[in-house]
Parts: sequence; structure tokens; C-alpha cells
Amino acid sequence: MSDANVYAVKTLTSKEYFAPGHRACSGCGQAVAVRMVQKALGRNIVMASATGCMEVVSSPFPQSSWEVPWIHVAFENAAAVASGIEAGLKAQRRKGKIDGRKITVVAMAGDGGTADIGLQALSGALERGHDFLYVCYDNEAYMNTGVQRSSATPFGAVTTTSPAGRVNSGQLTWKKNMMRITAAHDIPYAATASPSHPLDLVEKVKKGMETEGPAYLHVLSPCPPGWGIAAEDSIQLARLAVETGIFPLYEIDKGKHRITMNLEKLVPVKQYLKKQGRFRRLSPEMMEEIQERVCKEWQELREKAEQIDPSAGADEALSKEQEGETEAAKIFRVKAGAPV
Amino acid sequence: MAKRIGMEVSIAAAEAVKQADVDVVAAYPITPQTHIVEKLSEFAADGQLDGEYVTVESEHSAMSVCIGSQASGARTFTSTSSQGLALMSELVPIVSALRLPLVMLLVNRSLSGPLSIWNDHSDVMSIRDSGCIQLFVKNGQEVYDHVFIGYRIAEKENVLLPVIINMDGFILSHTFEPVEIMTPDELKGYLPPYQPKYTLHPDHPLTMGAYATPALYTEAKKAHDEVLKASYPSILEAWNSWGKRTGRHYRPVEELFCQDADTIIVSMGSLSETAAEAVKLMRDQGEKVGLLELRLWRPFPFEEFSRAAAGAQRLIVMDRAVSSGGPGGPVASEIRSALYGINNPPRVDSYIIGLGGRNVTIQDFVEMVEKTEAESALSPVTGSTYEIFGAREHH
Ligand SMILES: Cc1ncc(C[n+]2csc(CCOP(=O)(O)OP(=O)(O)O)c2C)c(N)n1
Ligand code: SF4
Repeated sequence: MSDANVYAVKTLTSKEYFAPGHRACSGCGQAVAVRMVQKALGRNIVMASATGCMEVVSSPFPQSSWEVPWIHVAFENAAAVASGIEAGLKAQRRKGKIDGRKITVVAMAGDGGTADIGLQALSGALERGHDFLYVCYDNEAYMNTGVQRSSATPFGAVTTTSPAGRVNSGQLTWKKNMMRITAAHDIPYAATASPSHPLDLVEKVKKGMETEGPAYLHVLSPCPPGWGIAAEDSIQLARLAVETGIFPLYEIDKGKHRITMNLEKLVPVKQYLKKQGRFRRLSPEMMEEIQERVCKEWQELREKAEQIDPSAGADEALSKEQEGETEAAKIFRVKAGAPV
Repeated sequence: MAKRIGMEVSIAAAEAVKQADVDVVAAYPITPQTHIVEKLSEFAADGQLDGEYVTVESEHSAMSVCIGSQASGARTFTSTSSQGLALMSELVPIVSALRLPLVMLLVNRSLSGPLSIWNDHSDVMSIRDSGCIQLFVKNGQEVYDHVFIGYRIAEKENVLLPVIINMDGFILSHTFEPVEIMTPDELKGYLPPYQPKYTLHPDHPLTMGAYATPALYTEAKKAHDEVLKASYPSILEAWNSWGKRTGRHYRPVEELFCQDADTIIVSMGSLSETAAEAVKLMRDQGEKVGLLELRLWRPFPFEEFSRAAAGAQRLIVMDRAVSSGGPGGPVASEIRSALYGINNPPRVDSYIIGLGGRNVTIQDFVEMVEKTEAESALSPVTGSTYEIFGAREHH
């Protein structure tokens, strides 16, 4: 499996647009994801970033990790700033003030900057139909300010504002579903992605870029200090999130759901949860509740994905022993452009 | 030839924005700014405004869109009032720190609460220290003129700061006045096409909005402060060259009978028109009263102001906002410190008037002058801290 991943990453450009030397924690899944996303985006872009970990690790004046035009304004308005860039470039193009080439406008924000404080600006930008790609890096809490809960924090996870108390323990609510919310705006393209599946991620970034109108990408981004995991485990955790069905990889392309990483059998959620310090206080009942919910949501997603390719059925069940093998096979299939 | 046309001042404002070749407008409706943005949407829908009109979902997003659009190199306009300004206020110091030459028409309205849609200056006072150039206009012609003047100032390479033009809600925005609309020929050359040096474009990648550590924040603030102060000559230049072109001359402080005045009324915005009537009336009665209209609010024109006010014994400063628990109205406190340390400074009396749309009459000015003169006969040096003039006593 590791070989396959090395291969997968090596198919991307060697050019770094999110330059090394940024100050992310070691093992930061978000930094890995950003790096891949930027490689897929290339250089003909303009970025608008929300306040949050990636902004802070990349832009202490006078240093910058950004090899592409990049602006940070505030926490809750990345989508609105991107809207302005898009409108500004459009007007200037039409009036002949800049050349006619298409420049991709990209907004990036954490789950807090997207699902909570930035939700209104995002909704406005999606509704207005700006031609841009919005990337949410979901590390499931406000990490930049010290691991406070967000509406994207999963049920049961302990954060500094959903602490392990005597009466209540961990997050009491279920993760807000940003895919459903963005899709409800009838945008042409929305997808989930994970740094554990680089080629799938790259493909989705490319689709997002090519989409005319708003596209939304929701990228799972494990955070070692916030999740209570070892730095070297973050990508493995991202993979487990996919394989347990907790974070399924799929896209909604012009209203059509398509699962891009089919799972014949779900890895039990316990294997994912027990590896993380933030879930250490989960009771067996809570664990059971999570498992039930994941199964139910996975089933719902499968039903929505009317066009699952029959060849996907050929995938072996992800029993623990076979995990590596099937995964590698899938990566190569994605690369070959075949549906998975 | 420029035509004088009777029109609602808000429409004149929109007309100017259209003529200023603005690329992007982003605004959210709020009374009393609405007529401006409605007219601009109409222009956009008719293809008369050659630009994008972004119908944002809030003022916070309005300013965010403006920042993005300006950063991409587009000439951008917005307008708001009161609660709208309060909602976008997080971004006002950011747009100026990013050195983006936006022009905003702030149609002044009271801040809630209690909710009031009527006019005073409590909205703008909340962003006093935001590092933007801020000025006040008092009639329709001045509104129209200052859209062009605003962009000329803002876009100068040594300025690159947002310009906020304050115009009073309803009293000014909704009145019909004759306004001279310039022809394209007459405007030609005054506002050259916007050619920004730093923009977000893949051909020259740059980072905007990097954060500052304690080692640099102070220096960033100082640089910003210096550039705002240094914008003063550019503001004068923009006014002078407009004056040459149109015969309409503007100064940081406008004086009426100040030279030999014992008592000078200080005011901002459309109140100055009523104050001028009051001053003329009192002059007719032999009173040595003058009017000093503060047009430029930031950067504060200390020198011009002190020079104009120095000869008087008394200044009566009109504030249309309360600085609760503070030393007086925001304008009066500013003026007290502007005059501090000069020889024989005039006594400064702070009156807070015209809050939440309360009408201010010529008679009110006469009363304030008489009251101040009587009080200062007893104590020529110190003014009262402040008085909220005309408030009914509750029992
Ligand atoms: C208006 C506002 N409120 C609060 C903050 C403080 N703040 C900065 S970043 C942040 C959390 C960021 O969380 P998220 O968007 O999930 O990104 P992450 O840091 O986890 O990548 C908070 C609360 C702020 N900068 N601005
Ligand atoms: S706190 Fe988490 S998200 Fe932030 S830089 Fe560190 S690992 Fe990355």
C-alpha cells in the first residue's frame, strides 16, 4: 500500500506552490492536503484564505509560503472575498483591462470558517453563482485557537469546549453535513476528498476547477494535536475515516451522487475511534450509536448514488487483511480513469 | 456644458459612480442608503454601468467583496448606513491596512438602540480610528463632486487608502436639489484609469494580508498612520484641481465670518447649511459670530483648524453623536486637544444635538450661542464638559 501511495503522490507535479518552511505541526493532515490541492490547482489561480491554522502557519510577515497570489482578510469571509476577486477579474476582463485568460479563483477555510462563522458568506457566494472553487479543510474543530468544538466536530469527541465532564462528555451533537447544505444550493459540483486518497483528491480539484459556477470541496484533515493521534498516523486515520464510512468519498455532480471510493463492507468504526485521544471517553453505547448512524448514512448515500458502476462490486470487501491490497488496486484504477 | 438638473441627491450620487467608470459595486440595502444602490442596480441592469453589481447577502460580505475586488485591481464602490456599517466594521480597518483605494458613501444614520432610521453621526464615529480618509459633504453637488474627488485621492500612488464620504441620511440623501452633472468631456483627465501597482494576478504572485508578530505590528501601524497624515497634500491637490475645472472649491475647513468672530460655531455635514443661516441672522443683528465647517475629518486638519479658530474667544462645537461617559462629543474632544497648548485658547463648549433625526433649527443655534456667551461671561476659560441640547427632562 505504501508503495502505491508513493507512486500516487509522485504523479503530481514536483513544483511546490505551498512552499516548505511553513509552520504547521508535524503530521498535519491539513498541510498535506493543502499541498496536494495546490499541486492540482497549479499556478493560474488566485487564492482567498480564511483565518485559521493554514493562514497562520503560512503567512507571518514578511514570510509567505504562497507561490501563488494569495490574500487573507478575516475569519468568516473567504467566500465573499473570493466572490469579489471573481467579480473584479470578470469586470476587468470584459473591459479589456486584463487579458482574457480564465483565472481560477479559490477560497480556502477550516471547518469553523466554513460550517460556523463563514456559513452565511459561503451560502451567499454559492447562491450568487460565482465561478470559483471553495475548499473546506475539515479538521473537525477550531484548531488554531486551541481545539474548541465546531459544528463539524463529531459526536463524542472531546475538545476544550466539549470537555470530558462529569455530567456531559465530549461533543453532544452530530456533525453538521456541509455536503448536503452546499448541494442544497444546487451548485454544479460538490465533493468530499481525503489526503489518504491523493489521486481521487486531485481529480476532484480538477473537476472543481473546470466547473462553471461554484464548486465545493470538503477535505478531511486529521490534526495530530487536536485528535490526540501520533504525527505519523494522520494519513492512516484519514484512510480509516474513509473505510469505516465515517467520511465517505463521493461527489455530487450536477445533482448526481457518485461514490468515488466504494466500500463493500465497512471497517468497524471502533478501529478508527479507538486510535484517537479525543474519543477516549466514548462509552460502548456511544460507540454503538455512532456505528448505527454511520451504517444508516452510508446506506442513504448508496441509495442516492444511483449510478454506482457495477464494476465497483468487484472490489473485495475491506477485511482487515486485504485492506492494503484493495486500496492499492483502487488507486491505480482511479489513475486509469476507471470508475471505482 | 454641464447641466444643472433637479434630482434626488441619492440619484446624483449613483450618477457619479456610473460616470467614474467603477468596475464593481457590492452593497446591501439599508435605509437611508437604498436609493443609491437601487439606482446603481438599475444602471447595471440597463447596461449603463459597465461593471459587476454583486448583490451580497450582508454588509460584512459587501465589504469583503469590495476588498477582493479592489485587490484584483478593479475600481470598486460601496455604500451603507448605520447597522450596515456596524456589521462591516470588522473589515474597515482591514481595507485601509491593505491599502485598497475603495470609495464608500456613508449615508449617516443613528446606530440602534433604540432603533432609529433617522440621521446623526453615531455610525461614522464608531470607525473614526479605522485609518481611512473621512470627509463630510453638505449638499447634493458636494456629494456628486466627491465621488470623483474621492477616487482621485484614494488612487494616488502615495495615498492608496479608502475614502469614506459622509452624507446625512434623509436630510441630504432624500432631498431634491439642483446638481450640475458634468459631461464626459469636462470630466476627462480628472480621474485617470485606475492602474494599480499591486494586484492579485498569477503573472506576479504576491501575498496580501500576512499577519504581524509583536516585532512588526507597531511598525505597520506607524506606517499606516504616517501615510494617512501624508495624504493631506494629495487631498488638497484633488480639491484644487477640481476647483480649477469646475469653479467649485473645497477646503479642509470652510470658514464663514470667522476672521473677526468672537464666537465660532463648529459643525460637520448638512447641519452647516442651517448653521450658516443662523450665523447670517446673528451677523445682521450685529453679533460677531462665525461658522467653521469641518469638511475633512481624517486626517484631522489641525493646522488649518487652529489657524481659523485661534482668534475667537469661544467655540461652540456641534456633535451629532454621544461619547457616553467620555469627555464630550467626539468632535469637541478632538478640537479641545487640537487647541491644547496654544496661547489664549478659545473656550470650547460641546453641544450634542440632532440625535436620531431630531430637527435642529436656526433658533437652536441662536440659543446655544446666547447660552454659551452668558456662561463664558462668568468663566471665560473652561467650557462645560458637554450638554445634550434640547433633550426633554423626564419626570
Ligand atoms: C470574528 C472572529 N472570531 C473569532 C476569531 C478567532 N479564531 C481565529 S481562527 C479560529 C478557529 C479556526 O478554526 P477553523 O476554521 O476550523 O480552522 P483551523 O484553525 O481548525 O484550521 C478562531 C475561533 C477570529 N479570528 N475572528
Ligand atoms: S493544530 Fe492541527 S491543523 Fe493546525 S497546524 Fe497543527 S496539526 Fe495542522
